[in-house]
Amino acid sequence: MRALWELVIGGFRRWARYRVATLTALLANSVFGLIRASLLLAAVQAAGGTVNGYTAASAATYVWVTQAMLGPVELWGSYPREVGLRIKSGDFAVDLLRPAHPLAQWWATDLGRGASQLLPRFIPMMLVGAVTTGLVLPTQPWLWLAFLCSMVLANTLCLFCWLVVNLLGLWLVDIRGFLVFFMVVFNTLSGFLVPVQWFPDWLRTLVGHTFLPSMWQTPADLATGLARGRVLEVLTTQLGWVLVLGLVVALVLRWGTRSLEVQGG
Amino acid sequence: MIIEAKELGRDYVLHEGSLWRRRRVVKPALDGLDLTVEAGAAVGYLGANGAGKSTTIKMLTGILTPTRGQVRTCGLDPVPRRRELARQIGVVFGQRSQLWWDLPLGESYPILSAMHRLPGRIWKPRFDTLVDELDLSGFLGTPVRQLSLGQRMRGEVAAALVHSPDLLILDEPTIGLDMLSKERLRHFLVRERTERGTTLFLTTHDLSDVQRLCERMVIIDRGRVAFDGTEAELAAVTGARRRLVVDVVADDEPVLLDLPAGAEQLPTDDASRLQVEFASPLTAAGVLAAVQAQCSVVDIALTEPTIEELVGTIYRRASISSRT
Repeated sequence: MRALWELVIGGFRRWARYRVATLTALLANSVFGLIRASLLLAAVQAAGGTVNGYTAASAATYVWVTQAMLGPVELWGSYPREVGLRIKSGDFAVDLLRPAHPLAQWWATDLGRGASQLLPRFIPMMLVGAVTTGLVLPTQPWLWLAFLCSMVLANTLCLFCWLVVNLLGLWLVDIRGFLVFFMVVFNTLSGFLVPVQWFPDWLRTLVGHTFLPSMWQTPADLATGLARGRVLEVLTTQLGWVLVLGLVVALVLRWGTRSLEVQGG
Repeated sequence: MIIEAKELGRDYVLHEGSLWRRRRVVKPALDGLDLTVEAGAAVGYLGANGAGKSTTIKMLTGILTPTRGQVRTCGLDPVPRRRELARQIGVVFGQRSQLWWDLPLGESYPILSAMHRLPGRIWKPRFDTLVDELDLSGFLGTPVRQLSLGQRMRGEVAAALVHSPDLLILDEPTIGLDMLSKERLRHFLVRERTERGTTLFLTTHDLSDVQRLCERMVIIDRGRVAFDGTEAELAAVTGARRRLVVDVVADDEPVLLDLPAGAEQLPTDDASRLQVEFASPLTAAGVLAAVQAQCSVVDIALTEPTIEELVGTIYRRASISSRT
């Protein structure tokens, strides 16, 4: 446990050092947040005031909560990409020579990274949303606690999904095609671009049977109140997918390290 | 034995040819390696590029699965017990880093010691000693990515030794270092071995590392042991010739010596300086006695073959035998 804690702290300290990068990311997220909010609010207005449970206020809240989550939750997989690059360069061998499971090392580091983004990215983005469009947020503290748990589970799920993609580098020389493919899949089907509730019925049903909404839509639903009355159910579903994907990553890692060929010295 | 390898082999599979006519080619990187290293020994593991040095290290540490044969490191089967083995060995890769790149150097050690499950009362005094002996105190607060190569390598060695491993594996640890940094690192490793009995297993292309640190050399070529012994034994095996330079009281006429069989007088421009080349079993004392019997000796110097020449001879022999 002490090793995990030290790695969490190390991850926190590492990402807390990138102050300029954090500031520019915050600015970019704010601009794109305004664009997304304009589009979604226009869609709600055109539909007569509600779209599949979303009012103008909840649509705006959805946009700013998801923009804020871009800091702590790794939907785009930048840290797992580092793992992929370490596999490509052979530095992955060093991770294997440490007396801790690589998956535990990565998870703890990423947890620290996510925590480091709460203060400089999540909270300012919510303030931008509150000032520009207004937000409708939960008032009960336990719902905030559920949201926080959901965000941790979503981040873990994103990490595991991207690790599976990046671990393909143990067999393939170049995985850029897979990275682009899964970036498109995760962006569109997890509920990042538009809420999963806005998908056509057949697609919503299909996606609902996968882990994709648990990566992103679930914490947003908890923040907007769309998961009211189903809090325990959605958290349990997320946890289930985390365990399944965790097992998949561990197995892929096990197979991959057996066939590992670190070239060069 | 801290390292035991028997008939150890590893094949790499390559795919050659055009996209439509690809052939699967199996190339052995290591083939039938037999190697034992006693606890407390210092072994230089040498070979030309592609000889199989790094492949051996990867199999000894459990990050590469052998294709055939058996290997035990610290009494453990490295691949299935890799994490357990990691607590007993330290590994320094000259070209890879085990430190956290973006963190100040000093922040890597609490993480590593936690991974090794070392309580503060164990690792902190050890860390203080390493900081002192490797002179790390001046840059513990500097992010690893901003350290000079020499500073980083000292940091890497401290990271590999913070848990006081029984076996330290060094893969080209002095690559790219200047003379001062090399000397400081070698000095520390000698002291570490003397004081703690740490086993050293070293691969390098810098043979002066081997001369300073190791009493035994293992030279491999194409995955097999081409030589295993001391530097003196290497000189005997290669038939390396030593050179005796003798200053004598001489007239203008050049002196032609009557020498024992196997010794050869080399031509010189200076009649008062004689040069004689000889190889084992002749000794310098025997050759000198023969010269003294014929001339009045003023001064002598003995030139030994360099370790680079000796190892080069083994590489060349292996190369010739593989072509024939």
